[in-house]
Amino acid sequence: MQTFEMSQLSSLRRAHRRDRILRHSLRLLGSITGLLVLLITLFVLQEAWPALQNLGFIRFWTDGSWHPLEGSFGLMPMVLGSGLIALGATAIATPLGLLSALFCQCYGPPLLVVPYRRLLELLAGIPSVVYGFWGLVVLVPQINRLHPPGQSLLAGTLILSLMILPTVALLAIASLAQIPSSYWQGAAALSLSRWTTLTRIILPSARSGLFTAVVLATGRALGETMAVLMVCGNVVQVPSSVFDPVRSLTANIALEMAYATGDHRAVLFVSGLVLLAIVAGLVVMAEGISNQGMSSESVIVHER
Amino acid sequence: MTTMMSAATTCTQPLLEAKHLQLSYGQQVAFHDVSLPIASGEIMAIVGPSGCGKSSFLSCLNRMSDLVPHCHVQGEIHFNGTNILSPRTDTLLLRRRIGMIFQKPNPFPLSVWENLALPLREHGLVKSQTSRRAFRQAIHQAIEAVLRDVGLWEEVKNRLHSSALALSGGQQQRLCIARALILQPEVLLLDEPCSALDPLASAVVEELMLRLRPRYTQVVITHNLAQAKRIADRIAVFWVQQHKGQLIEVGSTQQIFNAPTHELTAAYVSGGKG
Ligand SMILES: Nc1ncnc2c1ncn2[C@@H]1O[C@H](COP(=O)(O)OP(=O)(O)OP(=O)(O)O)[C@@H](O)[C@H]1O
Ligand SMILES: [Mg+2]
Repeated sequence: MQTFEMSQLSSLRRAHRRDRILRHSLRLLGSITGLLVLLITLFVLQEAWPALQNLGFIRFWTDGSWHPLEGSFGLMPMVLGSGLIALGATAIATPLGLLSALFCQCYGPPLLVVPYRRLLELLAGIPSVVYGFWGLVVLVPQINRLHPPGQSLLAGTLILSLMILPTVALLAIASLAQIPSSYWQGAAALSLSRWTTLTRIILPSARSGLFTAVVLATGRALGETMAVLMVCGNVVQVPSSVFDPVRSLTANIALEMAYATGDHRAVLFVSGLVLLAIVAGLVVMAEGISNQGMSSESVIVHER
Repeated sequence: MTTMMSAATTCTQPLLEAKHLQLSYGQQVAFHDVSLPIASGEIMAIVGPSGCGKSSFLSCLNRMSDLVPHCHVQGEIHFNGTNILSPRTDTLLLRRRIGMIFQKPNPFPLSVWENLALPLREHGLVKSQTSRRAFRQAIHQAIEAVLRDVGLWEEVKNRLHSSALALSGGQQQRLCIARALILQPEVLLLDEPCSALDPLASAVVEELMLRLRPRYTQVVITHNLAQAKRIADRIAVFWVQQHKGQLIEVGSTQQIFNAPTHELTAAYVSGGKG
């Protein structure tokens, strides 16, 4: 009896020790990740600091043009370029992605759905330079025929929407898959139509997950560099139509980092900082939305 | 009176009748050769050990089995004289006439009101009125009536517009029963409706089933033999033999408990008594 208790006690101690080791190593890994993000941000801030000090933050928005060698540092056209491309791509990819997700989770026959999902996963895995290449040799000439020069805001938007489509779709599929099957069963047992089930029960319950999907995809669109650089034409200007070439912040950094010095180089870091801030803002927003979904127990209260 | 009625009606055409029914999930047969007539207005209890195919059987009766991939049903089920397993059956219409209550209460993540109004509106059960106001009034009346039916009105009348998920388990289950009743089905299928409830709440549900007895035909699965004895007119006993479920005996509640013919039934009900 006594020995039995002793052996139980020692195995309990062993379990505790394993727990402790696991906990500490996870903490260590977690803090390394956090530290890396912090260090990168600090580094960018440090490199951007001379520009912020010499020129002031306001000038980046008030300078009329981007002629860094002549001391004119207007970031506005490129912020606008990045924003327009990302918003356009999100506007196209969101409905397509959500419809794809609905097809996969609710309508499609399994025989089609499985290959379709594989296809989406494959799309998500294609390197962006390949998208860019394809855009350059296939899409841009088509647009050129429609309205020269071809390398344009439109080309960037289309390529990016294709690139973030799998992000939207796969995240939306994941959030739809979390809806308890009992909702589907309950709705079927009440012979509610598929349309009612979707619009009144399933989509509202998945709302926060779907929002998160869209917001994260927007973040990805903002950060994309290579494909955008290849198809957008990279002229620094405020576009007057979708056929005008534009330059995104990311493309700007990639294009000029190699030879930039002094204030010019520092301003490039400022644009990196701006990008970081926008993406961080989006992530916080996504987090906020999904937490909101949690706290209200994903309850939908309709008109009274 | 109701027992007499059901005894009388069993001689005539049953409302719902399974004939040589077999269900398999892929290669695995869940149950086979089940023939069971269910008379109009009676409460039929289905009992038996876990995994003998009770839930699977119930899900055939309103074709919920269609929703399970690789699930295959053979045989016939006659409802009002037509075979509902035929591919021409309109399952939406069928499920309106044969309602189902699940083991775990599954209200939608909507308000109490909306849980009931949604099926009402969907099926146009409330006649469209001259004004929006009159329409809402009519919906309200239907909702109040059905909530009174399940004995929930007094408990929720002040929180009709708050979430149904905030109700207790027993209240949720009664809400689900109300939601099924509001479509005015002819048959109610109940899969262990009390298994998630405490004794008091399950007594309320039991009493509700007894109150509904003359109006609705009810098929209820239960693991609680005492409960079956209290509420059922007839009892069907399922059993697993050679890894397949089958119906080993069906009879009036009295006969199953006092004079079972199958030795497994005898062992099962005496175990329940002990
Ligand atoms: N979706 C499914 N896919 C595959 N097999 C299933 C599925 N549902 C049930 N089964 C199998 O079919 C058999 C009968 O299951 P069923 O749920 O009908 O039993 P039950 O009598 O309701 O049991 P319980 O009393 O535990 O609820 C079991 O062997 C089970 O493993
Ligand atoms: Mg079951």
